Amino acid sequence: MENLLDSIEINPDKSEYTTLNLGPTHPATHGIFQNVLTMDGEIIVDAVQTCGYIHRAFEKIAEHRPFYQITPLTDRLNYCSSPINNMGWHMTVEKLLGIKTPKRVDYLRVIIMELARISDHLVCNSVIAVDCGALTGFTYVFQWREKIYDIFEEICGARLTTNIGRIGGLERDFSKACIQKIKEFIAEFPKKLEEFTNLLERNRIFMERTIGNGPISTERALYYGFTGPNLRATGLDYDVRAMNPYCSYEDFDFKIPVGIHGDTFDRFMVRQQEMWESLKIIKQAFNNLPEGNFFADVPEFYLPPKEDVYNKMEALIWHFKIVMGESETPVGEVYHSVEGGNGELGFYLVSDGGRAAYRLHFRRPCFIYYQAFPEMIKGSTLSDAIVAMSSMNVIAGELDA
Amino acid sequence: MSEITNAYLLKALQDQFAAFIHSAEEPYGMLTIELDKNQIIPVVTFLKDHPQIQMQFLTDVCGIHYPDHKGKELGVIYHLHSFVNNIRLRIKCFMDINNPTLPTVTSIYGSANWQERETFDFYGIIFEGHPNLKRILNVDEMDYFPMRKEFPLEDQTRTDKDDTYFGR
Repeated sequence: MENLLDSIEINPDKSEYTTLNLGPTHPATHGIFQNVLTMDGEIIVDAVQTCGYIHRAFEKIAEHRPFYQITPLTDRLNYCSSPINNMGWHMTVEKLLGIKTPKRVDYLRVIIMELARISDHLVCNSVIAVDCGALTGFTYVFQWREKIYDIFEEICGARLTTNIGRIGGLERDFSKACIQKIKEFIAEFPKKLEEFTNLLERNRIFMERTIGNGPISTERALYYGFTGPNLRATGLDYDVRAMNPYCSYEDFDFKIPVGIHGDTFDRFMVRQQEMWESLKIIKQAFNNLPEGNFFADVPEFYLPPKEDVYNKMEALIWHFKIVMGESETPVGEVYHSVEGGNGELGFYLVSDGGRAAYRLHFRRPCFIYYQAFPEMIKGSTLSDAIVAMSSMNVIAGELDA
Repeated sequence: MSEITNAYLLKALQDQFAAFIHSAEEPYGMLTIELDKNQIIPVVTFLKDHPQIQMQFLTDVCGIHYPDHKGKELGVIYHLHSFVNNIRLRIKCFMDINNPTLPTVTSIYGSANWQERETFDFYGIIFEGHPNLKRILNVDEMDYFPMRKEFPLEDQTRTDKDDTYFGR
């Protein structure tokens, strides 16, 4: 796709330019984003993004809450894949406290996280197609996102903002119904993904719309701090799961798909391939699920069963200490990152030994890479910019913290 | 692919900048150095251009406030990452709250742009030379820096809640 700015004569006094407010609430931008575009007819000459419309001061709140109360805040960052955020937070605290989780916990978490990754990619990829005018794929795969949410519901009782898992493990083991649902998912999802693939991957119209749209080179992507599928679409195979394996990811065999041109089509294809890889990981974890406990032996952080709280003195004491945030935490600082749905989600936690974090900073991938958006869309048309934006998987909740 | 260690990294830094590195430690395996704030540009450039280290990636920039550390109340914390060696480095620069300035790294890492704006927004740290240092997540009219420790979680001017019953 050629850069249209090359073909037009730039008006030196800029009197012909139109300023167009795209957003804050616009049906074509999925979330609360404002872009002030400078347009020459249909062509974007410049863009300035505004963010902060749904800023909720999570970092400030986190300084006043015990660790276990921060999990629900992480839900609301990238709400398309909340479980990854939850797990990332639990693992950060576990790293600070030096908790070693049993293998079973790791495998169960991997299953949950990869399911979340699939649901995140399904939303993003199908929405790219919607913005190109193809609603069919979206309606197909949203059923499957619902099925993933059914599994989450079976595990933790919630669907979107999951608050899944606990520090030290999971709140309960997978139930029979849950195992059954995962089995069904593994068996039937490939067919649906195949169908979705057939709809779009070699669809002439879709390819025309996305190939060459919103491209970025590896150098520029690194300069702008890209991570996740967006960086991999430029050809660099940085994946936190492989680079700094957490949660026993080193046990699994999976590939890291990469693109070449870093355009919308490559970003789409990287996510498509990642879904297959995630499915592969889920199968491996599910088939080799180790026996053992679903929580680590850390009574000072992991809530005891309710019946014990009522009947055993010790359990009651632990329960009280945890709920009141009285458990002792070490002094220290830790950075832990996980591969979120859209990039490296990092948690920088400074603890002074108090009941709450002294400082908690979320490294929110889309806040960092969304900066590159004007550079990517300059010289393209408005309709192409919309497609480029959805392909970047910018999530308003994560952008604004 | 050459793997380098924290010890190698620290030695390379100390050979060049020994006078400016106030302390070095390794909490949870990540080398953490406290650096003179005026040396951030030379150090980051050195790390990026070093043929072995190659810290091409700025992972994160954030601020921190220690009201009790007189003369160095405010801090900026950088997380750098070298993909080639898969090693991370944390750099801390502290400064006086009455003169919270330090040079911007936006000329080296474009990703620092918004992160420094965010740090300015919440801590009032002024990044000298930043192309567009204004608030990013909070409203433009805000006249204080809300993440500083002197500000309590809730707005103290609220009158619709009676705090006496909540122990606040």
